[in-house]
Amino acid sequence: MTTVFKKTPILTDAILHYCPGCGHGIVHRLVAEVIDELGIQNRTVALVPVGCAVFGYKYFNVDSVEAAHGRAPAAATGIKRTDPNRVVFTYQGDGDLASIGAAEIVHAAHRGEKITTIFINNAIYGMTGGQMAPTTLVGQKTTTSPYGRDEKHCGKPIRIAEMLATIEGSAYIARVAVNSPANIIAAKKAIKAAFQCQLDGKGFALVEVLSNCPTNWGMSPVESMEWLEQNMIPYYPLGVKKDTTKEV
Amino acid sequence: MAKKLMKGSEAVAEAAIQAGCHYFFGYPITPQNDIPEYMAARLPQVGGCFLQAESEVAAINMVYGAAAAGARVMTSSSSPGVSLKQEGMSYLAGAELPCVVVNMVRGGPGLGSIQPSQGDYFQATRGGGHGDYHPIVLAPSSVQEAVDLMHDAFDLADIYRTPAMILADGIIGQMMEPVEFHEHAKRELPAKEWAATGWDPKSGRPRAIVNSLYIEVDELQELNDRLQARYAVIREKEARAELYHTEGAELIICAYGTVARICKSAITLLEKKGYKVGLVRPITVWPFPEKQLREVMDQPSVKKAVTVEISAGQMVEDVRLTVNGTKPVEFFGKPGSYTPTAEEIAEYIMKSMEA
Repeated sequence: MTTVFKKTPILTDAILHYCPGCGHGIVHRLVAEVIDELGIQNRTVALVPVGCAVFGYKYFNVDSVEAAHGRAPAAATGIKRTDPNRVVFTYQGDGDLASIGAAEIVHAAHRGEKITTIFINNAIYGMTGGQMAPTTLVGQKTTTSPYGRDEKHCGKPIRIAEMLATIEGSAYIARVAVNSPANIIAAKKAIKAAFQCQLDGKGFALVEVLSNCPTNWGMSPVESMEWLEQNMIPYYPLGVKKDTTKEV
Repeated sequence: MAKKLMKGSEAVAEAAIQAGCHYFFGYPITPQNDIPEYMAARLPQVGGCFLQAESEVAAINMVYGAAAAGARVMTSSSSPGVSLKQEGMSYLAGAELPCVVVNMVRGGPGLGSIQPSQGDYFQATRGGGHGDYHPIVLAPSSVQEAVDLMHDAFDLADIYRTPAMILADGIIGQMMEPVEFHEHAKRELPAKEWAATGWDPKSGRPRAIVNSLYIEVDELQELNDRLQARYAVIREKEARAELYHTEGAELIICAYGTVARICKSAITLLEKKGYKVGLVRPITVWPFPEKQLREVMDQPSVKKAVTVEISAGQMVEDVRLTVNGTKPVEFFGKPGSYTPTAEEIAEYIMKSMEA
């Protein structure tokens, strides 16, 4: 019998607490596989956020640190600066990174902090029960935008990847999605590039991952993936936004 | 080693480096900028890292990260900045991480002043952030003592896996005094096996998880029981006070930091006039030196205590809790940044003793 797939040892055997159909599980696997393929488990430290991925330390089979809400890039900086040989990544959602932690992520990029950030954009606060995020689309209904997000009242959604790509210290910035097999393959490639960027000491790297939240969007998993495709990707275009890693 | 004339803030920074602290994360605020400035110049020379953070919030979280990786690390600030650090302090306490935070206290509330104050006593000794925790809080009253206490602060933080704070004031930070950097006795410190440094599954140690989240009631209870048990040991073993002319005194002044030094001058004035006044100067304000103060207050000669502070009366609550109604406890001082003179203190004491 030929083994065609097996779970990476960089994921523990703990059962994921994520809702059925949630994209976090996919992204966890991609990150873990990349760590495995790069052979960096023994020098990697994961920084997990406050949000749905708060229990990330149970799943990533690496030394892990739970950070305060939005502060993972600052805590990651502290870890990286005490030993530049460590591989440090943050895994953050859109409430954590784009709202309360906006200053920390901007300045981690600004310093050219040699860390890797995996940023899950699912256009909503998941863990707290479906409130509006800075990434919530115009017109999207959430528990704190019950009539749909009104741009006159609270602005239009923020495009983190494009914003961070303008910062000198960022070296690799990409946006990917996990709504189809092709996009998942592309996502893994980007995540690997973002880790490689750190290993090569090039600068700050971030991969924004468009993901779904069937529970708080009030959809089935299949519907949510279609909604992501039809509504999120047009507003949040996929692709590599910046890559200075190839420059000599 | 020869004595050196040094500004308090710079002496504190040098002492930290000599205590093995090679990582500093901070943000500018008056009156403590000499600490980050000194660190920015010195740390690269010793192979360490100084980083100016984008905010106090980021600075304390960088400290959190470095501490999580097992490094000796510190930050410094002054009152408004220390308020911003309280979230991080609570996480450090909850994750059982050692670090040192220096607060060169200035007047408040709000933006307040840049002159010295003791208005942050409650914040420092009651925890300051959310949840049931205390940092160890050391309150120097001279530049030399600040230097010596830096070593203690790092060691105690490591031994008890807790943040420690140096609670000084603008005067300690800004004045120049002769200091001596002598060798400090090396304490036996626990190995930081819990540190997140990168894990090799073949290493034999368990995977490190630095965390303050315990979603199950029983698990959170375990953390809190562990913290409270540790705090009980700290209260028992680490409370420190200086007793000055307390034997046979009729009135006891209780004061800490710079103010305690002014009180000593007041006592000199009072003794010349025949008054018997002593001073209990807490060196640790958390743990508060209850035993030391109680023993002094239990002397039959002592009629009352007067607490002197640059505050509206904060430490006086600990003095009253300690004395527990057995003798009167008065308060002398003003909130804000007004530092009383020795004459003003002596005058108050004389009136109080004649009353």
